[in-house]
Amino acid sequence: MKRRSLLAGGAAAATLGLVRPGFAASHAPLKVGFIYVGPINDGGWTQHHHTSALKMKEHFGDAIELVYQENVPEGADAERAMTQMALGGANIIFTTSFGFMDPTVNVAAKFPNVKFEHCTGYKTADNVGVYSARFYEGRAVTGYLAGAMTKSNKIGYIGSFPIPEVIRGINSSFIHARKANPEVEMNVVWVSTWFDPAKEADATQALLDQGVDVVLAHTDSTAPLAVLEKAGALGFGQAADMYEYAPEPRISSIIDNWAPYYIERVQAVMDEAWESQNNWWGIGDGMVGIGEITGPVPAEVKAEAEKMRDDIAAGSYHPFTGPLNKQDGSAWLAEGEVADDGTLAGMNFYVEGIDGSIPS
Amino acid sequence: MDLSTINPAILLASLMIASTPILLAAIGELVAEKSGVLNLGVEGMMITGAICGFIAAVETGSPTMGFLAAAVGGAVLSMTFGILTQFFLSNQVATGLALTLFGLGLSSLMGQSYVGLKPPPVGDINFGPLADIPFLGRVLFQHDAMVYVSILIVAAVWAFLKFTRAGLILRAVGESHGAAHALGYKVVAVRLAAIAFGGACAGLGGAYLSLVRVPQWTEGMTAGAGWIALAIVVFGSWKPWRVLIGAYLFGGVTVLQLNLQAAGVEVPVEYLSMSPYLITILVLVIMSSGRGRAALNAPASLGRTFHASS
Repeated sequence: MKRRSLLAGGAAAATLGLVRPGFAASHAPLKVGFIYVGPINDGGWTQHHHTSALKMKEHFGDAIELVYQENVPEGADAERAMTQMALGGANIIFTTSFGFMDPTVNVAAKFPNVKFEHCTGYKTADNVGVYSARFYEGRAVTGYLAGAMTKSNKIGYIGSFPIPEVIRGINSSFIHARKANPEVEMNVVWVSTWFDPAKEADATQALLDQGVDVVLAHTDSTAPLAVLEKAGALGFGQAADMYEYAPEPRISSIIDNWAPYYIERVQAVMDEAWESQNNWWGIGDGMVGIGEITGPVPAEVKAEAEKMRDDIAAGSYHPFTGPLNKQDGSAWLAEGEVADDGTLAGMNFYVEGIDGSIPS
Repeated sequence: MDLSTINPAILLASLMIASTPILLAAIGELVAEKSGVLNLGVEGMMITGAICGFIAAVETGSPTMGFLAAAVGGAVLSMTFGILTQFFLSNQVATGLALTLFGLGLSSLMGQSYVGLKPPPVGDINFGPLADIPFLGRVLFQHDAMVYVSILIVAAVWAFLKFTRAGLILRAVGESHGAAHALGYKVVAVRLAAIAFGGACAGLGGAYLSLVRVPQWTEGMTAGAGWIALAIVVFGSWKPWRVLIGAYLFGGVTVLQLNLQAAGVEVPVEYLSMSPYLITILVLVIMSSGRGRAALNAPASLGRTFHASS
């Protein structure tokens, strides 16, 4: 058994060019792989990675071959899926969930000639690049809308896992909700999953029971919006536009648009110019989009939110601009100071005004 | 700890809603296991029921039709398991696991064009003045019909197993299929019926998710609820009312931990998230400590293949 798998591995390695370094564009189409954490039609995160991947495929046509694996659990099984994809001849593999970070680094070490791109992580290697979007820029706009639209002065936030990306989103939403409405309070519920519609629905219901009337979600499905619709409360599209819930309860959305990035990186592999990079694109680069503002949002609030979006895109406004204090009251950013990327990338604290603590 | 912001009536009410899918799936599996069949395909039957019910409800505009279609869909899928295990004598564990995988795939295929649609709303039953009773009214009398149906099914299963001749036969088949066969009972037919009932209940549980609790179709939306239902059958030591308690306990802890967080109570989320599983393991350990299978109340022929010649 062992010897047979060894032989199979060797044969696969020979065919996919592990033995011959480099990739010759003239021989076979470039094989581009994607590892997804959820199903490709979850209506949110994974779906938008997949549509972006399809756009990338459309751009290159027959020059590339697209392979993907959906519903890959974060953990040991992810390594198996990636290894299989690498053995199957993939030249570049995009792994699209934070929990794939260590598996990606481990598998990449075994396949030095395969490029890996890990989404939302921070560990790089010679053949592992990382990329993410500055979702907190979009969160600033949706947070502002949430603060402006709440009648009970209570907004809710459904967090998935306490990783820097999610904490940045919570802070950015809260800061801008307070900008719109200084009275606003935010309740955070952690569900410890990216995708579990029933649990997301229960969490939304729990927030509603607490008097919350606007909910921001950082999970992948449209379940929170379905519950909000039933209750007559408001929410936002997350990762995808979720326009099927417009004009209410969805009053705007944060849209992930990975296609330009995927096209650029795959092109780099074709040109043999790919290098491990740490890319972090925002509204200005087109990776984060703000969905049309709909429903009962008054015109002046809408105009203000759109101005914020445009200022962020133009670089004239940074969502984390001082004066800002940390939750314990200690100073973080002085008047006019903006947060540096290093602090943002490892953000592990709430800003002043948010109750509760981050689970460790 | 400030618990004053949590309204116990609302908490209990949402507990019942959150528990209904696993309760339905668990009570169906209980009947199947009582007849000696271990069907690990609950998850697959649930999700198939979820999509069958969703499609029927969207197409006809009637949630009732949705639930009926879900029950039929779950039962039909369970029959593939029934035919394989009862006629072709395949291994029940392997076949059940395969059924789960098959159900997940089949449902995502069927659901391709139903993503993003909204099902017709399921209304609450109007109990008139009963709903206005303080506390009890909110907890017990402001639900949709399926919550009551699920409790009625539990009661019916209990009465069936305890008081009817057919229930006695079903239990006999589950305890000793050889003896039941020698007495002239049709072991395979009884088991097929039990499997179909299990499939129908699992289908109803799945449809409750896609039509009431979430209300939408999302691929993989059961997210492991079927496995929890399996655990609850063991937790309830194959007794209908204990299964009800187990399901509500499980749903209760899940809802409670989300509500505690929403209320801003400082609790370690991880411990609360794992607490239902911990309790299940604990109960299993206590029940099985130093005593045999009989003490667990497990059907003696559970999971064993029956063939008339053996």
